[in-house]
Amino acid sequence: MTRLITTTSALCLLAGAAQAEGTLSVYHWFEYIPQELVDKFTAETGIAVTIDTYDSNEAMLASLKAGRLGQYDVAVPADFMVEIMAETGMLDTFTAEEMPNLPNIAPQWLDVPFDPGRTSSIPYQWGSTSFAVNRDVYAGDISSLGVIFDPPEELRGKINVLDSQNEVLILGSLYLGIPQCSTDRDQLRALSDMLVAAKQHWASFGSDTAKDVMVSGDAAAGMIYNGFSAKARAEGANVEYSYPTEGHVLWMDNVVLLKDAPNRANAIAFMNFLLEPENAAAVTNYAAYTSGVSGVESFLDEAIRTSPENNPPAGAAPGAFAQVCDEETQKLYDAIWINLKK
Amino acid sequence: MALRSVRHYPSFFSIAMLCLIILYAPLIVVMVYSFNDSPSITNWGGLSLRWYFDVFTGPEAPRFRAAAWNSLTIAVLAATIATAIATAAALAMLRAGKFKGRSLTFALINLPLMVPEIVIAVATLIFFTMIGFTTGYLTILIAHITFCIPFAYLPIAARLQGIDGSYEAAARDLYATRAQSFWLVLLPLMAPGVISGYLLAFIISLDDFIITNFVKGAGMETLPTAIFGSVKQGIKPNIMAISTLMLGVSILFVTLSYLINRKGRQSP
Amino acid sequence: MAGAAPDSGTSAETTYRSARVPLLLPTWLVIGIFLILPVALMAVYSFLTKEMRGGVIWEFSLAAYDQFFINRGLFGDEPPSLEWTYISVFGRSIAQAATATTLCLLIGFPTAWFIATRPPATRGVWLFLITVPYWVNLLIRTVSLRFLIRENGPLNDALLGTGLISEPLAMINTNFAVQLGLFYSYLPFMVLPIYAAVERYNFTLSEAAADLYASRWVILREIVLPIVKPGIIAGCLLVFIPSMGAFLAPNLLGGAKNFMIGSLIEEQFKRSLGNWPFGAAVSMILMSLVLILLMLYARSMAKTEAR
Repeated sequence: MTRLITTTSALCLLAGAAQAEGTLSVYHWFEYIPQELVDKFTAETGIAVTIDTYDSNEAMLASLKAGRLGQYDVAVPADFMVEIMAETGMLDTFTAEEMPNLPNIAPQWLDVPFDPGRTSSIPYQWGSTSFAVNRDVYAGDISSLGVIFDPPEELRGKINVLDSQNEVLILGSLYLGIPQCSTDRDQLRALSDMLVAAKQHWASFGSDTAKDVMVSGDAAAGMIYNGFSAKARAEGANVEYSYPTEGHVLWMDNVVLLKDAPNRANAIAFMNFLLEPENAAAVTNYAAYTSGVSGVESFLDEAIRTSPENNPPAGAAPGAFAQVCDEETQKLYDAIWINLKK
Repeated sequence: MALRSVRHYPSFFSIAMLCLIILYAPLIVVMVYSFNDSPSITNWGGLSLRWYFDVFTGPEAPRFRAAAWNSLTIAVLAATIATAIATAAALAMLRAGKFKGRSLTFALINLPLMVPEIVIAVATLIFFTMIGFTTGYLTILIAHITFCIPFAYLPIAARLQGIDGSYEAAARDLYATRAQSFWLVLLPLMAPGVISGYLLAFIISLDDFIITNFVKGAGMETLPTAIFGSVKQGIKPNIMAISTLMLGVSILFVTLSYLINRKGRQSP
Repeated sequence: MAGAAPDSGTSAETTYRSARVPLLLPTWLVIGIFLILPVALMAVYSFLTKEMRGGVIWEFSLAAYDQFFINRGLFGDEPPSLEWTYISVFGRSIAQAATATTLCLLIGFPTAWFIATRPPATRGVWLFLITVPYWVNLLIRTVSLRFLIRENGPLNDALLGTGLISEPLAMINTNFAVQLGLFYSYLPFMVLPIYAAVERYNFTLSEAAADLYASRWVILREIVLPIVKPGIIAGCLLVFIPSMGAFLAPNLLGGAKNFMIGSLIEEQFKRSLGNWPFGAAVSMILMSLVLILLMLYARSMAKTEAR
């Protein structure tokens, strides 16, 4: 046993030595980057890429906190998680000189609330979260979040909501016109009461299954990410994605430069590579969300470029990113969520 | 006549068949949808082999192959080692008289069952980091051996408890050493328990996602981490194709073991 | 308690006395180092201050246990009273696990018996047949089960076709679906240990009883059950304990409308609640409960031994 351990740790040391010359360690979602693109990066730069995967933003955070920080060069957290990681000191910064392709970022994503001026992250893919309705079941008006929170007779008991505190509470707040991170007791009480009352009309909570329940017909309406809704439509379900008048949730996955990255220069080369419009478009064509880079249009597949889910109608209410509340306020929102699911 | 009737309870046969139907019905869904032409796992779009091509020749093929290989080798190694450890522990617990700390040891053996997986996962990762253990294949293997032990131990111990001491006593009377009587008498008698324990340890290791996800190192992927990680895209029929292939491999094993078994019994 | 039952005193029962320490050493080492130490760390974590969104601050705090047991209202300013939220989560999970274990036993025992009475050459094949489905990942199996039992799924179609029902059964997102899922997740963990015990059963005992005009059910209850009890207990432990913390079946089949122990703990480490000390505390409470159950069981065994 001891010898086994010694041999293996020797192997690990060897692997560590190799890492210093021309490798890159990426912490990513599974099936979120096309392998062809990774191969192209390796061919262009000679840098070998290792990809490790996670299945939720918080799982990634937990694993980095539990000791994996320093093993990876880049990760791909969502907007609010970028802010949390920055606050926790998990991110490194880069300068504009180091990242020549920085100006390729679409202007509206350059100065984002979770990373003002883009000093440690670049956009990867973004999209929206609202809801979709099966038009075979319900043909009425779907321009309000009331479809989910005060559903019409036809949809009652056939609604799936995302099993995610952020999305449910923010969409609920938008529906009631309450600001995010509110500390007003009456507003929060109203939010909690509204959600508890709405829950009786919901069939299930599920995030990963949000698309499948719409395709199979288990749910006739559901909170959903725009990309999932587009896929449900592509799989033959007659679903329509709504951009409700109360607003919707925006999300953006970002490539971040991690603190103590073993291959910092390679990480920056990789991020810079992803900011080339052609490469950014390759990700979009694969993942079917939206790129945050200017000039990708000519490289996009027609179906993705023109999909109704990716292109809000003119005059649609603006979307909002999830805000990171302070600890005391977050406690209240946690309590509302626990009360909803108890 | 009496022999038949006390052995066979007619309703037991129907229940066993019902049991097999319940076990296999969902697998038919898996198999059917691995041949679906559409990227959906709920809507049928025609017959196609595209997902099998995807698994073997698609851009992700090397990663799926590596994941399947890691999963199988870890399951075989972890189940083998855990079964050996559990067999030794069962002998000490049931064939070494009463001793102080026996109940405590029993609790210890079953501890992996009692702690929720996610807690083992986070705690183990923190622990490995504290002692400076680089995460990778070996850390996954160690973690798997640990949680496989009770799954191997319980069937083995249940079996050993039913074995009368007189068999070994007879062997000893015939001047067999303790080692001889273990290998030639006790172990064959224990075999159904050992096999049951091994099979349970194997499937529990093959299926583990939560712990593996935390203790694996960069670039290490097992089939469950690949499957659970697909949330950004949703489950596609390529996962169904891989699952069907895994079923094929397992059925191959069953057939082989049956043939070997039969051959072994035919030759004197 | 499976594995710690009485020994009748023949010399074989102490054959391995001199080898006891080397035989137990691997178990002590592996579980002692790679499980006890991490779990002890988690026990410590349950008494620390939470860091927002995961992690801990090394300051002593009882906040986690306070949150579990004491209710101070939505905004934390009401007079304290007993918190029922988490106790009911435990109650719900335990009830569900108990039902699933009963189901597994009712189906698993006859199946194990059936396998044990096959000719020796085919028993191995039957065992494999029970475990083959488990080569497919639990997530995929659960998703497929979901597909089968959904409202317009194959099972309902078949039942409607035979005319047994006139309306599709609402099975998905019900307790029934969760129990079916748990049953499906853990069935072999019941069948295999029971098989290992039944296979050893000496059928001449049954024959002797039958000669004395005992009915088959009396034989089963009075003679067979006591002898195969260790296998049944092992099976029940292997099904009941994991079922309590399971979260795939409740989430995918039950609709995840209410927390179960598994999803409650998972939320603390992998989702937005991010409260490690609380997650650790819930786990410690769960672990203590199971330990107490085991100890009570061990004590009742010791009493019957003494008789």
